[in-house]
Amino acid sequence: MELAIISGKGGTGKSSISAAFTSMQQPVMLADCDVDAANMFILFNPTHEEEQVYIGGEKAVIDYDRCNNCGLCISYCRFDAIKCVNNIVHILEEVCDGCKLCSRICPFEAISIVQNDKSRMYSGSFRYGKMVYGRLAPGEENSGKLVNIVRAKAREIAKKHNIENIIIDGPPGIGCAVVSTITGTDHTLIVTEPSASALHDLKRTIDICNKFNLKIWVTINKADINPDMTEHIIQYCKENNIAIAGLIPFDKSVVEAMVQCKTIMEYRPESLAAKAIITIYNNILG
Amino acid sequence: MKVAIASGKGGTGKTLLSVHLFDNLMQSGEQVVLVDCDAEEPNDMIFFDGKLIDEAEVLQQTPIIDTDKCTFCGKCHEYCNYNAIFYLPPASMIHVIDELCHGCGACNVACKFGAITERPLSLGVVRNYQIRPNARIVESRIKVGVMTPVPLIKAGLKQIRNEPFVLLDSPPGTSCPFIHTILDADYVILITEPTPFGLSDLKQSVETLKTVGKAYGVIINKAGIGDSNIYDYLKNENIELLMEIPFDKEIAYHYSKGELLTEYNPKLQSDLNNLLNNIHKKYGTSNN
Repeated sequence: MELAIISGKGGTGKSSISAAFTSMQQPVMLADCDVDAANMFILFNPTHEEEQVYIGGEKAVIDYDRCNNCGLCISYCRFDAIKCVNNIVHILEEVCDGCKLCSRICPFEAISIVQNDKSRMYSGSFRYGKMVYGRLAPGEENSGKLVNIVRAKAREIAKKHNIENIIIDGPPGIGCAVVSTITGTDHTLIVTEPSASALHDLKRTIDICNKFNLKIWVTINKADINPDMTEHIIQYCKENNIAIAGLIPFDKSVVEAMVQCKTIMEYRPESLAAKAIITIYNNILG
Repeated sequence: MKVAIASGKGGTGKTLLSVHLFDNLMQSGEQVVLVDCDAEEPNDMIFFDGKLIDEAEVLQQTPIIDTDKCTFCGKCHEYCNYNAIFYLPPASMIHVIDELCHGCGACNVACKFGAITERPLSLGVVRNYQIRPNARIVESRIKVGVMTPVPLIKAGLKQIRNEPFVLLDSPPGTSCPFIHTILDADYVILITEPTPFGLSDLKQSVETLKTVGKAYGVIINKAGIGDSNIYDYLKNENIELLMEIPFDKEIAYHYSKGELLTEYNPKLQSDLNNLLNNIHKKYGTSNN
């Protein structure tokens, strides 16, 4: 069983909830797919059993011994990544999309392609089972592909060790990394909060989930911050036939737990938030 | 002066800060534009009423393959660096996977048989709102299902005119979309929260900004929750702590309704004033 936890808006509590779910069972497979801001390793401090280099795209580089600054590449580049300054052709590294076209058309074979090889995938063990996580190097693209690799590895390890449940902590947004996180899961839990921004983002997140025919659930975190808005979100979900898995009240113990590098289940299992999260988990896996 | 507002971690207050800085400048009568670069989930316009003055679809040239002219030589498939051309020669099968295409045009260059033409596909829209005569908001909004927000961000940034004050509300994270947002900024404000997650993501943002070579400072939001490790980190790394915004349920409540806090929180207003003045003094003289 694969359960992905996502949210359109960041900071709604995805990781705290994923961590809580993780600590409610043993053994479990945890896949941290928020590769742009991986945090689960902070709470669970896993061993490093395997490290894999991930090639997060490519960049074009000019060999100035060969380049005669003809500027042909500039006319071909659709990303505005090549500029001519003082008659010298430059590739703007941050803007280059890595399409390789410039290197193919250069009459002097002056452009080569280098791979971005700073991103990593790690896997190891921690106190509740096995864990895989990705860390995208700064400025790199293709986070969706890294998510795919993390998920494939998680499935492989889970199968090998007969681990039934895979918990996936997802990224914010609705782009490629999110699509890679949710495709083919058994359940997707969208964590939202009662705010105008979060509702706007929730609607877009539901739209993207619906493109993949997923079983989706919504939970409203910090629901008591704005009860009217919470009611509004519940209505919206009802009208769109989306199951509410439960509400979580604002609870300071959640942050306190994080500071202690513990999950809420470990830190204060009797807290209101912990109880709400147990209900949500049971509702989903019922 | 171009100031980007960014954070590695989501939900730390980028939008809160962006809309209040914008409001502050707008109320002071400055010519200001706020570009909402969080194209996956743009939220800045929730806080303002404005007149939509124009909107434009962001288009990407995407190939179509004419299988009557195609000889199934496979050259386009070879040229495509994004695996966007599905090619199965024994079955005489070839087609473009639109979602994977970046619109680079390499396949078009590759084809020697005139089998590839291009058509514009919409990736989303960029909208221009006039909030006051002196203040605009540009919103980049990706179409649901489109994979990368970068073309939307680029198109949004092109809408900047010659306003003396430009604010850029960045998407979360430190990958491509963030880099494209801050590339032309004179200064980057990183906003974070004093928790282990906030600190870990802040470190990643700082490392990225060092590589790109940008001036930056840090605002700690929700101060009072969490622990003090982040303060130690800033001190040890000699990073300027620009300002703190205390954790306050009242802030969360008004913000949740899509309301500006200006009326309820004069301290925030004066703090933001000082912040803008300080940044402007140090970084406002560039020609950008």
